Amino acid sequence: MIQSILLSSISEGLLFGFVTIGVYITFRVLAFPDLTVDGSFVTGGSVAAVMIATGHNPFLATVAALIAGLIAGTITAALNTAFRINALLSGILMMVGLYSVNLRVMHGANIPLIRSITIFESVAHFCSIRRSSVLIIYTLVVLAAMFFLALNWFLRTEVGLALRASGDNEQMVRGLGSDTNKNVVLGCAISNGLVALAGSLVAQSQGFCDVNMGIGMIVMGLAAVIIGEGVLHPRGIAKILFACFVGTFLYRLFITIALRLGLAPGDLKLITATLVVIVLAVPYVKKRLRGEWVPPAARM
Amino acid sequence: MGRGDDHILLGLIDIRKVFSRRTIDEVTALDGINLDVYEQDFVTIIGSNGAGKSTLLNVIAGIYPPERGGKVCVADQDITNMPEYKHAAYAGRVYQNPSEGTAAKLTIEENMAMALLRGQSRGLRAAINKRRRELFRSALSPLGLGLEDRLSAYAATLSGGQRQSLALVMATISKPAILLLDEHIATLDPRTAETVLELTDMIVKRERMTTIMVTHNMDIALRYGNRLIMMHQGKILVNMGEEEKKKLTIADLVAAFERAAGEEFKDDSIMLSQR
Repeated sequence: MIQSILLSSISEGLLFGFVTIGVYITFRVLAFPDLTVDGSFVTGGSVAAVMIATGHNPFLATVAALIAGLIAGTITAALNTAFRINALLSGILMMVGLYSVNLRVMHGANIPLIRSITIFESVAHFCSIRRSSVLIIYTLVVLAAMFFLALNWFLRTEVGLALRASGDNEQMVRGLGSDTNKNVVLGCAISNGLVALAGSLVAQSQGFCDVNMGIGMIVMGLAAVIIGEGVLHPRGIAKILFACFVGTFLYRLFITIALRLGLAPGDLKLITATLVVIVLAVPYVKKRLRGEWVPPAARM
Repeated sequence: MGRGDDHILLGLIDIRKVFSRRTIDEVTALDGINLDVYEQDFVTIIGSNGAGKSTLLNVIAGIYPPERGGKVCVADQDITNMPEYKHAAYAGRVYQNPSEGTAAKLTIEENMAMALLRGQSRGLRAAINKRRRELFRSALSPLGLGLEDRLSAYAATLSGGQRQSLALVMATISKPAILLLDEHIATLDPRTAETVLELTDMIVKRERMTTIMVTHNMDIALRYGNRLIMMHQGKILVNMGEEEKKKLTIADLVAAFERAAGEEFKDDSIMLSQR
């Protein structure tokens, strides 16, 4: 039982870890509260599902999902930078708009992938073994490692540094000759590309894509970022990326345990909310008990 | 007039700036500024609050363009309508508040790496490598603050004076044509302000930077630079060259202001500090 809980939490931690990194890039790196995520997650899932269901190569379908996410993120950031629409509102507009787009893409609310060849069947076939939860984990580990290395490299490049600096001190970055609007577009694109990739992988691992499967993704991503930071106190890009995966794993672990303890799926939202409150409040309470000074509450 | 050859580096032609035009809040911040700055000039700009000093620096830095008809030229190139981030290639700036010129959540070396690429295209090379790290160390060590040994410390952990010194090095490391100092010592304590000021003078002389320094402090305006400009209500009231400035005292400055402005000089009302 413990083993099955761990296995499912690891595989979900890897799957949704991409969402967490996406949320980390917008919320923490760019300081751009992007709510597109709930929509772009499903966009990734539906693009991949439609392609796979119509017999396309599942890897091609997964790349197409990632590109769809890149485009969604680009539009969100463009609404903000080109038309000066508030960041929060830009994301909300995209999230709402994408809901209709997703329904159009899928020609309905749901696409089953049970008898289709997903990347997991492809990998299983290639290795001449049967699809199993362990095989899914291995596949995801390889994918996660690839993106981990790519992001760890990219965020240290000159462009990546300018992107990180843009969320920290935008005025300074422009004053040093980097176009912050471009940086925000790039960051939002990468973020939603990762989220859509996660959506496509989730659809392929669970065997269907549903138009409502993105609801609450942003909250999950934020919760996982906060848990990862709270547990590991990461410093430096590699550790931060790693903390995103660890945070997601722990989040899924708590959820799985809560479900096994007999709580109904309907209770999950309350569990998530409680979990985030605990992770955020505990360090504060501990500091207060030690008599440390704590700055006043932040509102943004 | 300049210390080097008599080459106009920065030309400001008929710069006007009106905020909230055609509303009850309309303010004319700059009212027809004409100014030639020569290569290696060190111009100090003095004036009361609302004189237009910061607005002038903002126009030079490209944060907003001047009203139509105005022109900003650097080295014979018209940069009036270039976006702000392109102005960065011409002008480096140190802001009043140390937190404005540095990124708190980046390390010292990351801040330096951002500054090193001013005006250049940023690519997919590593932002920090061994050679650049050496360069950062040698640029920071003359400050005498030990920052060169703390390259991986976050800028947020530095004191105001350290951060402002870092901002100063960041503004000058890639040698932009002009250095803009926007009351850059105003928020520092007197002793730190003096240190940062000396560092500024050292770097300006060493790099032979053309510099414009805005200050509220008449004493500092007199002690530093080879030219002095006094602004009032969006206009240049006094524009003194090297010879005039050498003989100038604070009393002269007050008298010159009164003559030009045609109103009685009230120290507290125009917020200039003499000390």
